[in-house]
Amino acid sequence: MNQSIRQGKKLSLILAAFLLVLTACGGGSNKGSDASASPSPSSSAAASPQASAKEEASPSASAEKVTIEYWQYEFPAKVDLINELIQEFQTLHPNITVKQTNFPYDQYSQKVATLVPAGKGPDIINLYYGWLPQYVASGYLQPLPEDAFPPAQIESDYYPLVSAAKLDGAYYAIPTAVRTLALFYNKDLFAKAQIAQPPATWEELVESAKKLTEKDAKGQFVIEGFAWEPGSQLHHWFRDGLLPQAGGQDLSEDRRKVLWDDSPAGLEAFRYLLDFAITHKTGINGFYNDDSNAFKTGHAAINVDGSFRLGSFKKDAPDLNYGIAPLPAYKSQSAPASFWANAIPKNVQGAKLEAAKEFLKFLTSKEVQEKWVEKVGELPAQKAVGSQDKYAGDEKLGPFIKQLDYSKAHFFIDENQERALIVNAANEVLLNNVPVEQAFKDLVAKTQKIYDDYWAKQDKK
Amino acid sequence: MIAQAIRLTARKSRELLGFRLSYRTQRYLFIYLVLAFPLLYFLGTRLLPILYAFNVSVREWDLLSQEKPYVGFANFTALFEDEVFRKSIVNTLIYVLVGVPGQLAVGLAVALLLHNVRRFRGLFRTIYFIPYVTSAVAVSWVFRWILMRNGWLNETLLGLGLEPQLFLQSPRQAIYLVILTIIWQSIGFQMLVFLTGLEGVPRMYYDAAAIDGAGPWRRFRHVTLPLLNPVIVFSVVIGAISYLQTFGQVLSMTNGEPLNSTRTIVLHVYALAFQRFQMGSAAAATVILFVMILALTLLQFKLVRRKVEY
Amino acid sequence: MSTQIAAPRVPARGSPSGSRLGSLASYVALTLGTLVVIFPFLWMIATSFKLPQDLYSLRLIPETATLGNYAEIFEKAPFFSWIGNTVLLALITVTTVIVFDTMVGYVLAKFSFVGKSVIFLLIISTLMVPTEMLIIPWYLIATELGWSDTYWGVLFPGIITAFGIFLMRQFMESLPSELLDAARIDGLNEWGIMARIAIPLVKPAIAALTILTFISSWNQFTWPLIVLQTEERFTIPVGILYFSSELKDSASWILIMTGATVSILPLIALFLVFQKQIIRGIALSGMK
Repeated sequence: MNQSIRQGKKLSLILAAFLLVLTACGGGSNKGSDASASPSPSSSAAASPQASAKEEASPSASAEKVTIEYWQYEFPAKVDLINELIQEFQTLHPNITVKQTNFPYDQYSQKVATLVPAGKGPDIINLYYGWLPQYVASGYLQPLPEDAFPPAQIESDYYPLVSAAKLDGAYYAIPTAVRTLALFYNKDLFAKAQIAQPPATWEELVESAKKLTEKDAKGQFVIEGFAWEPGSQLHHWFRDGLLPQAGGQDLSEDRRKVLWDDSPAGLEAFRYLLDFAITHKTGINGFYNDDSNAFKTGHAAINVDGSFRLGSFKKDAPDLNYGIAPLPAYKSQSAPASFWANAIPKNVQGAKLEAAKEFLKFLTSKEVQEKWVEKVGELPAQKAVGSQDKYAGDEKLGPFIKQLDYSKAHFFIDENQERALIVNAANEVLLNNVPVEQAFKDLVAKTQKIYDDYWAKQDKK
Repeated sequence: MIAQAIRLTARKSRELLGFRLSYRTQRYLFIYLVLAFPLLYFLGTRLLPILYAFNVSVREWDLLSQEKPYVGFANFTALFEDEVFRKSIVNTLIYVLVGVPGQLAVGLAVALLLHNVRRFRGLFRTIYFIPYVTSAVAVSWVFRWILMRNGWLNETLLGLGLEPQLFLQSPRQAIYLVILTIIWQSIGFQMLVFLTGLEGVPRMYYDAAAIDGAGPWRRFRHVTLPLLNPVIVFSVVIGAISYLQTFGQVLSMTNGEPLNSTRTIVLHVYALAFQRFQMGSAAAATVILFVMILALTLLQFKLVRRKVEY
Repeated sequence: MSTQIAAPRVPARGSPSGSRLGSLASYVALTLGTLVVIFPFLWMIATSFKLPQDLYSLRLIPETATLGNYAEIFEKAPFFSWIGNTVLLALITVTTVIVFDTMVGYVLAKFSFVGKSVIFLLIISTLMVPTEMLIIPWYLIATELGWSDTYWGVLFPGIITAFGIFLMRQFMESLPSELLDAARIDGLNEWGIMARIAIPLVKPAIAALTILTFISSWNQFTWPLIVLQTEERFTIPVGILYFSSELKDSASWILIMTGATVSILPLIALFLVFQKQIIRGIALSGMK
């Protein structure tokens, strides 16, 4: 008895010691990361005399010295440019320090979401527009402050596709640059096939693709007439290009209902997309890794790809003789667009919010947008910048910019899942011989289910 | 030896009365000091987290959101209504039902072959074991590279005048190729387990069987296999548990594609938790996995009880 | 006496089926199998020396070999940090695992006390819990306590292992109790007995556990993938995944294979040096 009591005491002592050890470890690393992420109150107080000394020189209103964090994904050209811009911004605003953190592209969203609840959040975050609904629904972002970014001004200055960042009547993010998709075509292969002009209509695209396709004696592709990779860009092309061009509509006004199936246009567009692989056999997924690589190495004659690819072609394939043309038209013109936009998390308040606003204003200024075009290759988000002749008249950039006026960036609830559904529908037809009509019907139903689940959750709140 | 033991007991009993209490105390102090931290550690990092997982599984737990409302079994019903999750359960069973026998068969074959040779046995054993120590992720990328559309294997098939295959792009082939990769990596381990088992089979059984006129197949069937039974049971359980948790290879080789034909429960958990941020549903899926593994373990206890008698 | 304790050595013994023809066939089969086993490594290494234009050539030995890919991957990704992180984490894990598992294994093998079987069962039963089930709570706990994206965050689930305790207990059980009792009578206290008598006698087991723990820590993937966020803190397997997924779109298979080579070769080298310990460790844990 006596002994067991003693043991009990010992155990509880050890338990206490154990908890101490654990909290010490945890606390230690916590403090460490806090210190690196944002200065503690004491350190910013110590720094403030310095800041007030510089206050006169600074055009900014805030007196305190603030550090803000900017998060974006790992893309060398963007990372370098942001570093350069931070230098420039800090000389303009000596009391603001901006720290850039980058995450690998493939799992950017995951890494960001993982760090945010840990309190290691950013003050400005660069997000793909398709992720915004998820972030907004979780209550993670705050609407852009209307004093700095009045919605009316956004709507008059920016290309219409930017409205994809408008949720529940408020803008949650604003881009520096946007991207559209266009036709990349290999001029040498066109000359070899004696085709003078890039295809401008649906029909011409099919004809050119057939003529350009080359196969060996065993029936294997040597050159794809038209690169075919549903998971890369073609799913965008379907929703924002083919579907509206055939006279269909993507979503209802309230973004609740998927309307692909409402008119025959949806099936027509879907079938057109699949026919390249199934009927015309002018290209196949996975050929030389993927579409852009097949095109880059001269194994594909035409590809639908984004303006963001120009930079990497310039670097990796300087000798590739290629041109850019607007996407082929059908009943009307329409092109897919997308963008990465900067948003401010909800917990950013006070001096940090002011600083974040300043930096965001700087990032969306005309000068920065111009730099962005030159260094990164993405298109300006503001009409006044994009329509300048040096961009609109450029041989490569021009066709992309021309499409901006009628381009669309469709609403996404879950980018990953929605893309996977289109890829799966294509695979069902291609690999499992499911009839196109059936695959399309399933695709619409499954996509609708994602929307239903999302809105059911939203309505509950 | 015996004399020493007697001496010890004698000395022990002589001094026993003198310091018995303090000796026992010292002993218990030692035992519990050693065990205290590890026990608390297992409680804190294994037991409590399991309870926590159950708690998370009955909530709508959005990673980015502050509120985590209780939703009962809604996550479980939603999972079973989700055809992708159902598919991932079926796939996981395929991984187990094809992978485990495959791994055992290959491992046993290599072990028997090695047992059959005298020279270079060490060298062969070393070579076959190499894949086991390498990183699954790196190996997966190597196989992906070999198996891709314009990869080595397809080009070789073409060179031999054969049809190229879709391999990892085919909903019919991909899962078996992932399983083959896992088997390839575990040959070394499996072979070693069997080899040790074979070394333990007393020679006289074979001699006796040979005298009875049993051929190689009958000797294998009636002597080797029954004697290896404990080893086989052990391997089946360990193998099944590890195939139930297949993740790294799938993530690196196919990411569950094409048409979700390679998606496993764990990959689905990963996607739910860290791509869609639905920790509640993800935790519910792990609870389902836990139940599967528990059932398997209980089954094993039953099987092990029926041990073979020599 | 110590020979009794050492792990059973694999006796060199003749084949039970014996025929010369059978053994020749065995050699042929084993050699073919060897090709299957090592070809992926050869192809990986060969690719890592190729020039971009030879990527799709089927030659195993490239016409012109280059070391440039190795320079390039170290430039493109923080491979040195990844290797450093992996080594550091593996060494810390090995240290804590050896210290705790040896002590617990010793106590569970050589003492009888109230609750012993319950404790042993409790520890062993954690082997049955799938890591994946723990990952979500671990992750939430790590996030709550600020351990996310830290070394400690990677380490905390693995500082003591049930497997190691099991293994050490198996070895410790073969220690003769008389020896320990003799030391007690000679006045050594329990700590001294463990440190000076018991542990030196199971050195081979400790060596085996050390190397097995090192390998599994080096190749650990799922948990570091989830708990680590910034590239500089990645371990090699996590780094390889990111590196490869980012390069995949540009079809830089040469660089991916170079990265894979860098992550695989050190372990193969380690294995070749310590294979005796590794094989013994696995043989013993698998058999008992």
